[in-house]
Amino acid sequence: MIRVELPPHLRGLAHITREVELDIQGVATQRSVLDALEIRYPMLRGAIRDHISQKRRPFLRFFACGEDLSHEQPDAPLPDAVASGAEPLLIVGAIAGG
Amino acid sequence: MSRVRVLVGTRKGAFILTADGTRQHWDVSGPHFAGWELFHLKGSPADPNRIYASQWTGWSGQIIQRSNDGGGTWEAVGNKFAYDGVPGTHQWYDGTPHPWEFKRVWHLEPSLTDPETVYAGVEDAALFRSNDGGQNWQELSGLRGHGSGPHWQPGAGGMCLHTIIQDPSNPDRIFIAISAAGAFRTDDAGKTWRPINRGLRSQYIPDPAAEVGHCVHHMAMHRSRPGVLFMQKHWDVMRSDNAGESWHEISGNLPTDFGFVIDVHAHEPETVYVVPIKSDSEHYTPDGKLRVYRSRTGGNEWEALTKGLPQADCYINVLRDAMAVDSLDKCGVYFGTTGGQVYASADAGDTWMPIVRDFPAVLSIEVQTLP
Repeated sequence: MIRVELPPHLRGLAHITREVELDIQGVATQRSVLDALEIRYPMLRGAIRDHISQKRRPFLRFFACGEDLSHEQPDAPLPDAVASGAEPLLIVGAIAGG
Repeated sequence: MSRVRVLVGTRKGAFILTADGTRQHWDVSGPHFAGWELFHLKGSPADPNRIYASQWTGWSGQIIQRSNDGGGTWEAVGNKFAYDGVPGTHQWYDGTPHPWEFKRVWHLEPSLTDPETVYAGVEDAALFRSNDGGQNWQELSGLRGHGSGPHWQPGAGGMCLHTIIQDPSNPDRIFIAISAAGAFRTDDAGKTWRPINRGLRSQYIPDPAAEVGHCVHHMAMHRSRPGVLFMQKHWDVMRSDNAGESWHEISGNLPTDFGFVIDVHAHEPETVYVVPIKSDSEHYTPDGKLRVYRSRTGGNEWEALTKGLPQADCYINVLRDAMAVDSLDKCGVYFGTTGGQVYASADAGDTWMPIVRDFPAVLSIEVQTLP
């Protein structure tokens, strides 16, 4: 089970109030987590990753375990603590951009 | 008694203002989509409870929302705006080529007859259409395919397609306007387009009378006379009596002919409203006075409408999509300001009152007249 914490503007868009818990088949990566997130919340499609390029939107960041994962490859395994559910994957709005 | 619903898009959310036909007492609903920029909301003429909204933020880009109950509840629909083919380049501010990139939806224009069909005017400039209530969007790429796209350039707000006018007498004819390219028209339901800018003169482009490159800020039409168009250009207020084939200036005695909004009275096709703004570098009302100007002669002769509007120390702007009229008798006129006020007149502009004074900066105003 993977825990994902969304920034406030995306929690509002998805009509949720707390962190999301997702079951991921196979290796937990940015791509597999976001794929699962968008299946459960289709309104998030295009709001975290660009529809066409599938790249992370530049004013969003991915943090976990005190590290910035924003520039990791989409198919790189997430840290074990995220894969086990001990730590959440944080999707964070940049300080500017809102 | 009829009712009025005013749809307000602001920098930090949407609001819905409702009143009965007297338009004296208003209920305020919102903010909807708090924290997001709501560029535009508009209801379907065929089903007033169907409303489309363009929601955007720098963090997450474009969202399209749809309501089936007059704005009580909303659902996010499709937000994939993919240009048809390789979009190529337009001019950047310095004249160099710049890649076409989708940024946001400035204007949503529901079909006059089908609630499921809606047009979207986007930045970088293109026109999209959805035939399934906003779930899927297809570009009407004949507009960019006209061939003049490499000469289009952004205005200060970006290279946006901001005006979409459907001809109620001819479903194949649509007018659009782009900052800064100019006005265009299709006569075959969007397959092919041509620029309709003859008579416009713009000193900020190398050839002031060029076919494209003009910074049109907004256009308006009265549905009873679809061949007559009114235009607020970057500078100059213009009029066409032949569906855009040619334009002539009607700025007349305005204190300045710079501005953004322009609209037409619901029942008097020769009565036109503008809000003059001081200049392109000073985007606020001249002399610290907020004055709507009304012409009852189709232009050239303008009167200042000031009753109920601040006449000292007022330095706000009224953006291009932030004025609308209702179809009651007397015609109601509404506009929103960058200072967060929404003003209404229930007597065609003779007197004004603020519905609200302290919203975030207003980006757009649309009005629905309900039974």
